[in-house]
Amino acid sequence: MKAFAVAISALLLGQPPAQTPKASAPIDLTGYWVSIVSEDWRYRMVTPTKGDFQGVPVTQDAVKVANEWNPDADTAAGNQCRSYGAPAIMRVPGRLHITWDDEQTLKLEADAGTQTRVFNFEKRKAASGPPSRSWQGDSAAEWDMQGGGRGAGANAPRRGSLKVTTTNLKSGYLRKNGIPYSEDAKLTEYFDLVRTRAGDTLLMVTSIVEDPKYLRQPFIVSTQFRKQPDAKGWEPTPCSATW
Amino acid sequence: MFRHLVVVSILACAAPAFAQTELAGSWAPRNHEDGLERGGGPYAVDYTGLPINDEARAKGLSYSADQLSMIEHQCGQWPPFYLVEGPFGMKIWNEIDPVTGNTIAIKIGAWEDKALQTIWMDGRPHPSKNAPHERGGFTTGEWQGTTLVTYTTHVKAGSLRRNGVPNSDQTTIEAHFVRHGDLLTVLEIIDDPVYLTEPELLSKGFQADPNPMSPVGPPCVAGYEGVPDGKVPHYLPGTNPSIDELTTIYGIPREATLGGAETMYPEYRKKIKDKFVRPEKCTQNCAAPAAPAPPTRPASR
Repeated sequence: MKAFAVAISALLLGQPPAQTPKASAPIDLTGYWVSIVSEDWRYRMVTPTKGDFQGVPVTQDAVKVANEWNPDADTAAGNQCRSYGAPAIMRVPGRLHITWDDEQTLKLEADAGTQTRVFNFEKRKAASGPPSRSWQGDSAAEWDMQGGGRGAGANAPRRGSLKVTTTNLKSGYLRKNGIPYSEDAKLTEYFDLVRTRAGDTLLMVTSIVEDPKYLRQPFIVSTQFRKQPDAKGWEPTPCSATW
Repeated sequence: MFRHLVVVSILACAAPAFAQTELAGSWAPRNHEDGLERGGGPYAVDYTGLPINDEARAKGLSYSADQLSMIEHQCGQWPPFYLVEGPFGMKIWNEIDPVTGNTIAIKIGAWEDKALQTIWMDGRPHPSKNAPHERGGFTTGEWQGTTLVTYTTHVKAGSLRRNGVPNSDQTTIEAHFVRHGDLLTVLEIIDDPVYLTEPELLSKGFQADPNPMSPVGPPCVAGYEGVPDGKVPHYLPGTNPSIDELTTIYGIPREATLGGAETMYPEYRKKIKDKFVRPEKCTQNCAAPAAPAPPTRPASR
């Protein structure tokens, strides 16, 4: 009887049997994507001037840190990737290459700064001891599914978003001019696909950075990419603290 | 077993008939990108990242902000994409068929110089191309999953950016309203066969606001502001005094400030790398938060 009830539930609620994250993906994010920089141009396409905080809800502590920004010192200390960390990398003009590393892991490579982000769908136990911090941190991924709903039918299109939560970051810069985020920053992102009337496929990444030390309120931006048919323009370049 | 079936049936029926989401409510703006443009307004000649053609550029350079004082322009400058481009939040509500309960339209409230926008959800077609163009345009919408996708035509000519870069009345706007919890992201894809060589993308984040917003702004009442009848404030070619403003303040090469589709793509950085000179320090519109006031001396007793 229990099996019968489960089967009925599955039929009525439209729930398929458990699948791997790759197999159950409601959207296909894989492929090459190019940044479209139609917003925040002078903070993204060129290096902003020191002390320009326009749009970022910074704290006084952040102002003090940003006013000490010294790109030459960052370079000398091997910290030229500070503005390529997870909270900033999607805003850096360039191309993305997204692939499945395995059934549980989505990999996002950015040619700007030659950075790699790993989105892990597998729930892991917290490691003991101090966290191992990095520019890209640890990213937990999940599908944010949009239910088909009653009457949607088995062949209804599957919809949803990728939600990524990133912590264990090394402190870095939200913008290249030294506006800081601390190692306590938490990044939440939603990856949504948009199919336009003109036939383009766009990737919209909505990012929310929360940082009790350097932000007065969550810093929220959305960044757009257009899907490419191939790797044209893919050009890995090293991090630069000055450009 | 019957009891199980009843429970399961109730659960199934509780699911929405279609995958939609509720957008009604008040939404506070989060102007964290293009902060200056969405606050005080852009620099007079900042066309960076705009896929404009030569005609749009020429018209933009001829523009004087004094045109806003012309009777004709005082209340009609901003097409519906000002929702994303402007500084304000939005109030959304549904208009419901009282018999069927179906949503006939979704409305986005007005705000000062932005007109009320009606998004028709009842499947009606767009009007004839000869129909009048309104400030709010004519918009239809449909749900794609939990995303509201709208399409706007019949807008009035105005400004693509708040510095006189034009949009024509042939402009169309495709908007995607994507909600995640209390966060609503609106992506607008603006196309204009007259002034753009490819679509312009604008996006903005909003957060649900428990404080109710007004669905209307103060009315715009056009009046004489010192521009005589028949005069159109403008700059003749080659005389716009602001053309090098971004170069002076930010070191951005003039060719980049004048926009064009190529300025939207990563490769463009190579083109201007050797021409860009980063100024030592931000000198204006830096938006640093005000330092806290020094502690006040206790009042003497």
